[in-house]
Amino acid sequence: MIKIKNLHKSYNIGKNSLHVLKGLDLEIKEGELVAIMGSSGSGKSTLLNIIGMLDNHDKGSYELDGVIIKKMNETKAAEYRNKFLGFVFQSFNLINYKNALDNVILPLYYQGISRKVREKKALKYLSDVGLKNWSHHLPNELSGGQKQRVAIARAMVSEPKVLLADEPTGALDSNTSKEVMDLIQKINKAGKTILVVTHEHDISQMCNRIVRLKDGVIVEDKKIKQKKAL
Amino acid sequence: MFSRDRWLEILDTISKNKLRTILAGSTVALGILIFIVLYGLGNGLENTFKSFFKDDQLNTIWINPGRTSKPYAGYESNRRIEFDNDDYADISEKFNFFIDGITPRITLTARNISYKLKSNNFSVRGVGPDHQKNEMTIMMQGRFINSIDIINKERYVVIGRLVKQDLFGEENPIGKFINGGGRTWKVIGVFQDDGGDNEERYIYAPYTTIQSIQRGSDNVGQIIITYKSEIGFDGALEFEKKIKSYIKNRKKIDPTDPRGIFIRSASSDLKESEDFSNVLKMIVSFVGFGTLLAGIIGISNIMVYVVKERTKELGIRKAIGATPKSIVWMVLQESIFITTISGYIGLFLGVMFLSSIGDALQEDFYIIDPYVDLYTALLATLMLIVFGGIAGFVPAKKASNIKPIEALNDK
Repeated sequence: MIKIKNLHKSYNIGKNSLHVLKGLDLEIKEGELVAIMGSSGSGKSTLLNIIGMLDNHDKGSYELDGVIIKKMNETKAAEYRNKFLGFVFQSFNLINYKNALDNVILPLYYQGISRKVREKKALKYLSDVGLKNWSHHLPNELSGGQKQRVAIARAMVSEPKVLLADEPTGALDSNTSKEVMDLIQKINKAGKTILVVTHEHDISQMCNRIVRLKDGVIVEDKKIKQKKAL
Repeated sequence: MFSRDRWLEILDTISKNKLRTILAGSTVALGILIFIVLYGLGNGLENTFKSFFKDDQLNTIWINPGRTSKPYAGYESNRRIEFDNDDYADISEKFNFFIDGITPRITLTARNISYKLKSNNFSVRGVGPDHQKNEMTIMMQGRFINSIDIINKERYVVIGRLVKQDLFGEENPIGKFINGGGRTWKVIGVFQDDGGDNEERYIYAPYTTIQSIQRGSDNVGQIIITYKSEIGFDGALEFEKKIKSYIKNRKKIDPTDPRGIFIRSASSDLKESEDFSNVLKMIVSFVGFGTLLAGIIGISNIMVYVVKERTKELGIRKAIGATPKSIVWMVLQESIFITTISGYIGLFLGVMFLSSIGDALQEDFYIIDPYVDLYTALLATLMLIVFGGIAGFVPAKKASNIKPIEALNDK
């Protein structure tokens, strides 16, 4: 599903250039649930952003579902993001003046799907995450766990190839974290490829592969026996 | 741009971000409102100015006697000039070719005039029949003074509308007698005049009658001439020059003396008043333009703020598949929608305000019928919409091009 070879990325901070990713090689197969671990500054979020086409890489090659992702214009990138990728963020990033249902609908709106169909579909995904009865609540009326579940429903509604989660439990307490991870495991069981960036050991144990980054290179890449979240 | 979905999304955003909407909307509405009101009041001022000259025939000249300021032909300076019946008759005859109407006008100071128990002070003018033409006097009742009255030196008067109101109230004044200067005068007509209230407080009598009660004086006061309009502007100037030199020669006034007689003409007055009202118009336009500019700057500021505030939301939208183009259009359509609606609200309120003023400010502020023509109003609104759009476009374009990750990191 994802093929990365010799990936480099550096940021310019003033006169200095900060070399964040120093030649990564990574291959992820369809249906994997991968934890990307590392301390802060290790480059794990940068890697996720590049995979998510939220950011461009400098050198190396990146292939997503057989499509080579090169520096492309924003319109094309937007189309690919919409078609291939679903995002879940640490800070949820819901649009605060739209209710849960409308937040889930938004990706479908940008796909140009008709109003009736997208509403029906969004409601289905919302009930899949157990929030059917909360569909007309605004984000600030929801708990953190509920917000993250809305965000997951929004990421899933466009039926992406890959779900990318950046510290999805970072803002949640341990019980809620487990619920959210349970949801992620279920989605994974249904066949979806998922990448989870985390620095929590517990969370990484709930995946079936751990990739550990340090100073912009992969220092460890192992398959593990998955722990059930709940 | 016209897809229903897109509009629903925009209306949704607008209705759920009320503060933002109201902020942007009220700036535009206020800008337009102030523009319309200022511009309208300026126009009202101009109207007043124009109305000062409304009651006079444009092709009329007033010849007023003065005092000489230079010695000439054996006379000392500071000699008082007076026109008499012979002057009047000779001018009438000599310039007959140019003249459409000519009259003397002897203006007496205001004096007490009474009818039964009612009385008030009014000015009396001794005039000829042509005075009606010269001053564009409109008869409401009865008739004006005619040439037979002049010959017979009848003690007839034609009274202004307000004189009639003061002395007679609802009573029909025609044929009644009023008292003035120890004599009785028969009312033969009532007139109105567009020149305003003051003009309607005059009483006109045959100038020959006035002369006879002034111990047989043959002084005619001013001479007012309405010339034939066919002679045109150049002809009028020539006529003015000719008549001036004729009178100066006749009255032995130094041709270079500026003070012996004064000739005032409505056309030269009009020219001056037009110059003045053009200046007025320029000031009004300048103020209006300034207001509009302030409005544009206001809406620009708000648009920059709005886009800044929405950076994160725009980033989220991009992350889930919004193209840069759709982001720009969303922001633009929203701003154009808000500015259009509120622009027209401001326009409507402004026009309502102006029409509610009407002529209420005429007395104290010299503002008559303030208005804004539709063209100017629509143009102003359109300008605000266009500039609001441009002001929204620049930051929206910028926001649409930043990487979603930067927008999302902006917490």
